[in-house]
Amino acid sequence: MAQVKIEAVVKSQEMLADGVYSMVLSAPEIARQAKAGQFVSVYTKDSSRLLPRPISLCGIDKEKGELRLVYRVAGAGTEEFSRYEAGEKVQVMGPLGNGFPLKEKKAILIGGGIGIPPMLGLMKALDCERTAVLGYRDSQLFLKDEFEAFGPVSVATEDGSAGTKGNVLDAIRANGVEGAVIYACGPTPMLRAIKAYAAENGIECYISLEERMACGIGACLACVCQSKEVDHHSNVHNKRICKDGPVFAAEEVEI
Amino acid sequence: MDTRVTIAGVELKNPVMTASGTFGSGAEYGEMVDLNRLGAVVTKGVANVPWPGNPTPRIAEVYGGMLNAIGLQNPGIDVFVERDIPFLKQYDTKIIVNVCGKTTEDYVEVVERLGDTAADLLEINISCPNVKEGGIAFGQDPKAVEAITREVKRHAKQPVIMKLSPNVTDITVMAKAAEAGGADALSLINTLTGMKIDIHRRTFALANKTGGFSGPAVKPVAVRMVYQAANAVRLPIIGMGGISTAEDAIEFLLAGATAVSVGTANFFNPYATTEIVDGIEAYMERYGVEDVKELIGAVK
Repeated sequence: MAQVKIEAVVKSQEMLADGVYSMVLSAPEIARQAKAGQFVSVYTKDSSRLLPRPISLCGIDKEKGELRLVYRVAGAGTEEFSRYEAGEKVQVMGPLGNGFPLKEKKAILIGGGIGIPPMLGLMKALDCERTAVLGYRDSQLFLKDEFEAFGPVSVATEDGSAGTKGNVLDAIRANGVEGAVIYACGPTPMLRAIKAYAAENGIECYISLEERMACGIGACLACVCQSKEVDHHSNVHNKRICKDGPVFAAEEVEI
Repeated sequence: MDTRVTIAGVELKNPVMTASGTFGSGAEYGEMVDLNRLGAVVTKGVANVPWPGNPTPRIAEVYGGMLNAIGLQNPGIDVFVERDIPFLKQYDTKIIVNVCGKTTEDYVEVVERLGDTAADLLEINISCPNVKEGGIAFGQDPKAVEAITREVKRHAKQPVIMKLSPNVTDITVMAKAAEAGGADALSLINTLTGMKIDIHRRTFALANKTGGFSGPAVKPVAVRMVYQAANAVRLPIIGMGGISTAEDAIEFLLAGATAVSVGTANFFNPYATTEIVDGIEAYMERYGVEDVKELIGAVK
């Protein structure tokens, strides 16, 4: 099977925090094939906005055929999505990207900001001891309760209003979080610091990257990242985030 | 009903092809689109050696279109010949290889390498706005257009399509220069040079500052230029620029294009190419058009 573009139906929409929304879509053809760490391209209804918005999968319900997208309103396109109510039809293509490899060892799942939602999907998918470290701006700790159903959760906030004041690495150190594999999604400076932390401590590490995309399927070469070695497909030091990623072993990419 | 058209002696089953750079070499879209239904697949530009392309961000959305500054990232002719041409050869469609370079010698090297491959036609990109050397440097000066066309023609085994830039004062001057150099066909338009500024970050939206503007918003400019070129030269023209529906494609045919390329539309509708093939047939049915060639240049 491969990705498909379908008309999905909005089942529900709720605001989780300022500008952060949770939208559940009925999209059985996509949900059936999807796994944690993959994403979908969501198309706006306004034809002046051509390009799909890549949004990570926060939840996959194969039985119900539903996908849950938790996204931040970042511009006019995502603002349009946030106004959709149950019953609204929306064009969606997916599943896209590779998803997280599921390792059978004690896992640390690290999410920063709008990088938190895909880690919830992974938290559910893993079947081993796991702990989450979540970095927020402030005390609006969206999704934190849902992580707690699967393991311990440490929190960092930029303003110190909850958990450890600082970033996710500050929370890891403050709480003595340990594991044998790290999975992370969030802003690039955070991922850069986690990559260095994992290398220093000899921990296997997978990071999920993002970049502006057009096609979403590996054809347009817009969303590349730099690879350590010459990439098999590009024959240069570039990998396609949409097709070869978005999840990479930390050591294979230069960020 | 006859949907076949001929470009420089190469017969296409229908006039619908892909625009270079929007479709890779077909492998990715081949998972969603039946490539056998396309008149031709036009590949992403390929150079004599691998090119890394530009820094990111490489694209930005603008009203009714997009900007791109990919910078002609490509794996180089060796990998292309070993991997991409055999892939496309599996399908019943024509293979048009887009060729880019920084110097005349670069173009010639690629064209010579392609001579004994299954490529049916060569499209020479002298109009990319996103690389500092080569590309558009050749496409904005009629003497340079004529000279590179002549040099490529001297080394090419396949018919040569020159892809023209719209970023010129008079498209007919460039079209005539390519014709004088011996081109077998023309492709137009490449993208219009554009810019977007992110007012919140107070920076350019693209790392390259400028990028090529494409998408539905550019279509009227492209239709006008295809019409002008078609009336200035005797060469067949592949029309492109904002085509996203069969109606758009038919407009280009009526303006004088023998075939059309679908580009940016692939990004917002991966099924755009085959939907356009179907839509052209439906139009022919509706208006009793027996042969699609009746439409070419029918509006004078």
